[in-house]
Amino acid sequence: MTKAGVRWLLWVPLVAFLLFLGLVAGGLLRPADRTIVSRLVGQPMPAIALPAASASRPGLSANAGGARLVNVFASWCVPCAAEAPQLAALAKAGVPIDAIAIRDTRADVDRFLARYGNPYRSIGSDVDSRVQMALGSSGVPETFVVDGRGIIRAQKIGDIRPEDVAGLVAAVQALR
Amino acid sequence: MRFFVAFALTMAPVMAAAQSGVPPAALSDTQLPDPAAEARATALMQTLRCLVCQGQSIADSDADMAGDMRALVRRRIAAGERPEDIRAWLVQRYGDWVTYDPPLNAVTWPLWALPVLLLVIGAFVARGSFRRRGRGA
Repeated sequence: MTKAGVRWLLWVPLVAFLLFLGLVAGGLLRPADRTIVSRLVGQPMPAIALPAASASRPGLSANAGGARLVNVFASWCVPCAAEAPQLAALAKAGVPIDAIAIRDTRADVDRFLARYGNPYRSIGSDVDSRVQMALGSSGVPETFVVDGRGIIRAQKIGDIRPEDVAGLVAAVQALR
Repeated sequence: MRFFVAFALTMAPVMAAAQSGVPPAALSDTQLPDPAAEARATALMQTLRCLVCQGQSIADSDADMAGDMRALVRRRIAAGERPEDIRAWLVQRYGDWVTYDPPLNAVTWPLWALPVLLLVIGAFVARGSFRRRGRGA
């Protein structure tokens, strides 16, 4: 190999190292987003019929209509308790909320509602996460915004924060 | 040390509450009676990704939801559904993310193209060095 060729090759390891450093720094500064968004957003809401999860409300009927929120929650889920005041505010603003209780017992759901309030119109019991998977939901709590024609318009992953309430009320009212 | 003990004590109840008290779904940890069907189900479960414990397959995970996904797979295999249809059903809801068997598309083509490309480069490098040695001898 010529002398100029060797001199040029000497820089290759340093350049490769700097590229690697850039890759690691990029991953550190902007970590990948690991939330799994449901692919059903923009698609029709699957027809869901579920038995009642609580003595206080009916279960989910397949022909539930109108613009509404569908809240996926569980009595054993701590952030679900944290979003309870926000759900209460939404219900007070006239937003219908249907709920799906994941892997729950009737006694636990009743205790949870007695403690944190019951903002729901109906509560279905999804004991083996069957409906949760049909919705493309991967955890609790999650909230789907469904419009009057039964199309899923948005999915909120994680607990609803106080700053989200006004936006959700407006969204459901606009979809009526 | 003291900090660690305090941390462990405060976190323990939260972790305990993070899984539900409902017993696992019927088919989550029970094999199907037909060995051929169970083999199909197991092969599929090993290539489906757990949604809560990201990085584990549903066959490996102890999470409640992984158990429910195993039950879903076994239930559908027992009902005569093809494994690839079950995978497609899940991909339709969770995206390609849920499968460990990546489909060939605009994002994933380098996975297949790169080995071929490296082989070609390797062949060139080998040819160059063999030639030089031949000349030197």
